[in-house]
Amino acid sequence: MAVGETEKTTYTIPIGPIHPALKEPIQLMLEVEGEKVVNTDVLAGQVHRSIEWLGMNRNNPVQTLYLAERICGICNICHPFCLAMAVEQAANITVPDRAEYIRVIAAEMERIHSHILWAGVAAHEIGFDTVFYLTWRVREEIMDLIEYVFGNRVTKAVLQFGGVRRDITAEQLPRIRKSLDYYKSIFEHLRRIFLEDRTVRMRTRNVGILSTEDALKLLAVGPTARASGVPKDVRQDQPYSAYADLNVKAITPDIVTGTVVGDVYDRIIVRLLEVKQSVEIIEECIARMPEGPTMSETKMPRLLKLLTDAAGEGVARVEAPRGEDIHYVRLETGQSTLATWKVRAPTYVNLQVVPTILKGMQIADVPIAFASLDPCMSCTNRVVITDRATGRESVVGYEELHRLSVEKTEELRR
Amino acid sequence: MNLLGENIWLNGVIIIFGSAVLVFIGGVFGMLYRGIDRKLVAHMQARVGPPIVQPFRDVRKLLMKENIIPDGAISWLFNAAPFLALISAGSLLLFIPLFGQSPLLERYGDVILVLYLLIIPSLAFVVGGFASSSPYATVGAQREMIIMMSYEAPLAVVVLGIAWRIGQVTDANPFLMSTMAQYPIWNLLGPMGIVGALLMLFTLVVVTVGEAAKVPFDVAEAETEIAGGLLVEYSGRNLSLFYLSDVIKAFAMASLVVALFIPYNLSPVLGIASALAAGIIDGLFFLVKVFVVMFVSISLIRAGMARFKISQASTIYVMVMTTVALVGMLLVSGDFMIGA
Repeated sequence: MAVGETEKTTYTIPIGPIHPALKEPIQLMLEVEGEKVVNTDVLAGQVHRSIEWLGMNRNNPVQTLYLAERICGICNICHPFCLAMAVEQAANITVPDRAEYIRVIAAEMERIHSHILWAGVAAHEIGFDTVFYLTWRVREEIMDLIEYVFGNRVTKAVLQFGGVRRDITAEQLPRIRKSLDYYKSIFEHLRRIFLEDRTVRMRTRNVGILSTEDALKLLAVGPTARASGVPKDVRQDQPYSAYADLNVKAITPDIVTGTVVGDVYDRIIVRLLEVKQSVEIIEECIARMPEGPTMSETKMPRLLKLLTDAAGEGVARVEAPRGEDIHYVRLETGQSTLATWKVRAPTYVNLQVVPTILKGMQIADVPIAFASLDPCMSCTNRVVITDRATGRESVVGYEELHRLSVEKTEELRR
Repeated sequence: MNLLGENIWLNGVIIIFGSAVLVFIGGVFGMLYRGIDRKLVAHMQARVGPPIVQPFRDVRKLLMKENIIPDGAISWLFNAAPFLALISAGSLLLFIPLFGQSPLLERYGDVILVLYLLIIPSLAFVVGGFASSSPYATVGAQREMIIMMSYEAPLAVVVLGIAWRIGQVTDANPFLMSTMAQYPIWNLLGPMGIVGALLMLFTLVVVTVGEAAKVPFDVAEAETEIAGGLLVEYSGRNLSLFYLSDVIKAFAMASLVVALFIPYNLSPVLGIASALAAGIIDGLFFLVKVFVVMFVSISLIRAGMARFKISQASTIYVMVMTTVALVGMLLVSGDFMIGA
């Protein structure tokens, strides 16, 4: 906005890096005019932890698999799932059918947990703490189930290259069904709270709108894109693992309301319906799960030898609760670590939509609009450069990265 | 007030001493009610919640903490605002009937004065917010001003409506608290008027939520949006003063609702003659009445709603609640016309 164009003066409000509205560090610089947001600048790079470097320099691939689980606490299946698929592709490892089903069950349990957790956070962001507490109480059931099946409430540590480390036995099925029935029985209740409550609707309808065109233009992924009416879901578009046997359809909000607005309310609809969808997927998996082994290679030294000897490239895509997750892996013969490991987490692309959805909103809308992307900072951060001599830190931005990559290309061409 | 004849010095001593006692009592009961509110809301949210004495512990801890003044703040204003808030909230108690007794300074001020005094703590919050030089506090202060101006209209309509109706049956000044206690509004009304008075009571309950700055009208503090807003830079002693003024104001506001709508006492019903016994029973009954008002207007509402945006909160007060109050007032006056 040019000087003199308007009489109102704008000023800047920083949200973050540490702020009650943010569950993880990131900085939003809001340029506001009274209560209205006119511009937003997103400054990522507050939680860089060198995970890719560790995977390429310190760890053997199996250790890296469990490190990948810790890229983000909530997405503790989609990252190792994606890495495992990429490595299996690179090293030509086949996965038994039963293991594929167990992987999908784990991934869908993760999705149920993630979406319910998000719903609680969203309620807290709009100041509806009662719903926050009750939603998180509902979340306990899935955490108990995850603990029962995989031995841990949060990180599941169930994946291994070439299969899964734990089988699901016949005795476990009744307990699993009980939890799934619980979620089916409370679905109507959740729907009433989130979709019919007046104050929730007042705070979420027409807030943080991302139009279908913008969602396509800005390459949004996951529930953010689907809520804007883009039927984009890796499980539907490029079914991987056991999803190939299942018929997963991308959920868009017009199923419920008939129209697509692309606001926070629509994102609630999508996530709510995906919880139901995940329950159905798990049920179908349990019904169709074939008998057989769960690992193609049970001996750890042989597996490590195989990975050290292998050479090749692999790319995998997984539909994480937040959207499409991509891992790229390159293996070189004789190298005991991953030669190259590149993670592209869904929030990395979804952050691009932040300035668009915040424009013209009130300050009060910022927390819920931002949280409606379910952003995951620890997945997203890339490079932080620390200059030890001066103690200065800087995040490598787009221009710098672009310049560096052009230089590298030039260097390779020579 | 002429408790002890015309001796101005003795009167002065009584007033100063009485005020100190009242503010102390107001603070203690205000914190007690805050503790009860937190416990009840916690149970509604399926939590255990803090012990009821938690507000007392909070204040004691705040008093021990460092009192930080930000570099960019206007320090004298920043320090003065909490005192202004506490003093004005405390002086509210001198003009509102408490424990079934007449207010201490009844002769010096009526309900109109109370309306003005109610604004001053909010103003002190605003001044403190602007003086602290934080962008969050600035946003919070702007919001507090807007919400303050918004609930003023419905509040005034309710008070005027009641006073007008009482003024029709007596020659005494209807704005005096004693007149209001003498002629409880419900006794003067027919069925239509009772509906009108209920609407006005509802308005006053919603205004109480705003006065007490609780969800859904806690926009000026809005933890998840502006990180505590007005109070973001306050700590230690200053914050404890604001906290105290907040609990006292909530207690005073609930007492005002009681004075306007439930000025009944229990002792005449029970036929207790002894002044001491009557005083104790009326005092306890008053605490129950305040509890009911607080439970409905603060605990229940805040457990069942999301926070409004400032534009929505303002619209609700200026448009919706003012209309409700005016309809209530019309019904009350219509009721009087029919009766007359």
